[in-house]
Amino acid sequence: MRRLLDAAPQLAAPVLLLVATAAIAGALSRERQLEFENALVMAAVVVALYVFVGNSGVISFGHVSFVAVGAYLAGLVSIDPETKAFTVPGLFPFLRHAHIGIVPSLALAAAAGGVYALAVGLPLMRLSGLPAGIATFAVLGITYNVLSYWGRVGPGVQTLSSVPETGGWTIAAGAIIVVAVAFAYQRSRFGRLLRATREDPAAARASGIDVYRQRLLSFTISGALAGLAGGLYVHQLGLITPDLFYLDLTFVTLAMLVFGGVASLWGAVLGALAISALNSFLGDAENTVDVGFQLTLPNGTRLVTVGAVMALVLILRPSGLTGGREFALRWRR
Amino acid sequence: MNWGQAIADALALGALYGLVAVGIGLVFGVMRLINFAYGELITAGAYTLAYTGGWPPALSIAACVGAVVALALVQERVAFRPLRRLGASPATMLVATFAVSFLLQAIYLIAFGSRGQIVGTLGQLNEAFSVAGVDIRWILLVTFVTGLLLLAATAALLGRTSIGLHIRAAAADFRTARILGIEANRVIMLSFVVAGVLAAAVSVLYTVSNPLVQPSLGVPITIFALVGVVVGGLDRLWSAALGGFAVGVVYGLFDDVLSSTSSVYLPSVVYGVVIAVLLLRPTGLFAPLRGAQVERV
Repeated sequence: MRRLLDAAPQLAAPVLLLVATAAIAGALSRERQLEFENALVMAAVVVALYVFVGNSGVISFGHVSFVAVGAYLAGLVSIDPETKAFTVPGLFPFLRHAHIGIVPSLALAAAAGGVYALAVGLPLMRLSGLPAGIATFAVLGITYNVLSYWGRVGPGVQTLSSVPETGGWTIAAGAIIVVAVAFAYQRSRFGRLLRATREDPAAARASGIDVYRQRLLSFTISGALAGLAGGLYVHQLGLITPDLFYLDLTFVTLAMLVFGGVASLWGAVLGALAISALNSFLGDAENTVDVGFQLTLPNGTRLVTVGAVMALVLILRPSGLTGGREFALRWRR
Repeated sequence: MNWGQAIADALALGALYGLVAVGIGLVFGVMRLINFAYGELITAGAYTLAYTGGWPPALSIAACVGAVVALALVQERVAFRPLRRLGASPATMLVATFAVSFLLQAIYLIAFGSRGQIVGTLGQLNEAFSVAGVDIRWILLVTFVTGLLLLAATAALLGRTSIGLHIRAAAADFRTARILGIEANRVIMLSFVVAGVLAAAVSVLYTVSNPLVQPSLGVPITIFALVGVVVGGLDRLWSAALGGFAVGVVYGLFDDVLSSTSSVYLPSVVYGVVIAVLLLRPTGLFAPLRGAQVERV
């Protein structure tokens, strides 16, 4: 009981941060609201990524594939079939005729992300280090390539913009579920086993931990959460197009995770919200913003700054903003 | 379908990817770093060519080599050396090169715009000559020959000079090489210089057939060369080169031979091969099996 109480702030802090983000979003103009909602979606994606990368210490460039699968599925099944017959006639029949609500579509997205991650993880979780990075990158390449050209699973290179949108509170609830699952997992026996393999694979194996199995479990959970985050993303934006789910999103989410601190849940949430805030501030500044004086930055400053911030953090403070620590009311040494 | 032209296209593409693979493999060999930002060196070279379009070709190419080598040294000095000092893991380094790549692309976007610049330096090489009834563009021949020459020159540099010996020693065992008095920073800088020269050559050759320069020009080139390096085998330069060459040839050939509805899925097939190689032959297809060091958990 005591241990649970000690741990409570570790879950409460990121959840409160997300709730606060959603609450502030509700009070703002429509345009500003979209930026806050997007920050919540990013937090969900980054936490999903953290569940695997943070706990296992193995890099993955492939998580955006699971986000993409979740987004495509959640988006397509919730569009009105009559619209689909018109805009994406080549879809598989079960996708073309399906018409379900937003919440069930999110559950479906999570399931699809989990199944895809399991299928990918079965062979790939034997790898670690550099080969794991390259293999997961190859998965991303395949997913992007197939989604860009295969008319049976989506609109191809075109943009499909008739996905029903949802409000900030649904998105916040989804993000909170992702955080809660991540928290439960890392406090569970399996999360601890995986963290042990991160710290010292040889010692962990000598203690009887099946590294492959623990990684696969984590990868699958992480994939399911990424799928859910993808569902949130598509219902937040209201559109589907393959370019959303490729190198840019992979890079930005990794940058957020590294910036906050790869090894903690608190770091993942903080990093996602901080970089999102920076992103939208700079986005405004590119169209002139008033910060005591009129500030106008050239177009593209946003990208340069995010890239530079990530490079600097990696060089100067590789453990990120939080140094891999969870949120705590008292600083313990 | 003209087989002669398809084969000429494929061989030239193979030589180009072979060069990129050697550039990536060289740096990897010395410092276990896969430089994802290598493509941005090629892009920098292409922009230099575009902006020095009015100069005599030789001068323009010299400027291109200078700019690319300078940028390669900046990458090493500003980003990768501090990380190496910290003892960052290879995976962290990979993320860092990803960041550098993204950053450079963003800078190109601001500096040169998204609409693209045109390179016309060696445009006359696009004209064709006929061999046995097959029209072959000069650039294909030039690319192939230059590629082979540069590979031979790199091999000679590594095999016949003391600098090359230092680089090879560092690649074989970095720590021991340092203990034996080889200056680590100098060796790494040199490998970046050589990699930079190769990247500049790729800029010159590539832009003849693809004259439109955009900020993301280098990304697909890097990705496919990287695929080649991994498939061929990272640990040896010649297997990396062969891997790059093979990927280029196979890609070029299938791209010409397949109909456009199936050739769009070619990247998927290539990535699938990468995954299969990583799982089944982690040291690469062309690496000898004996004494292979397999990186597993």
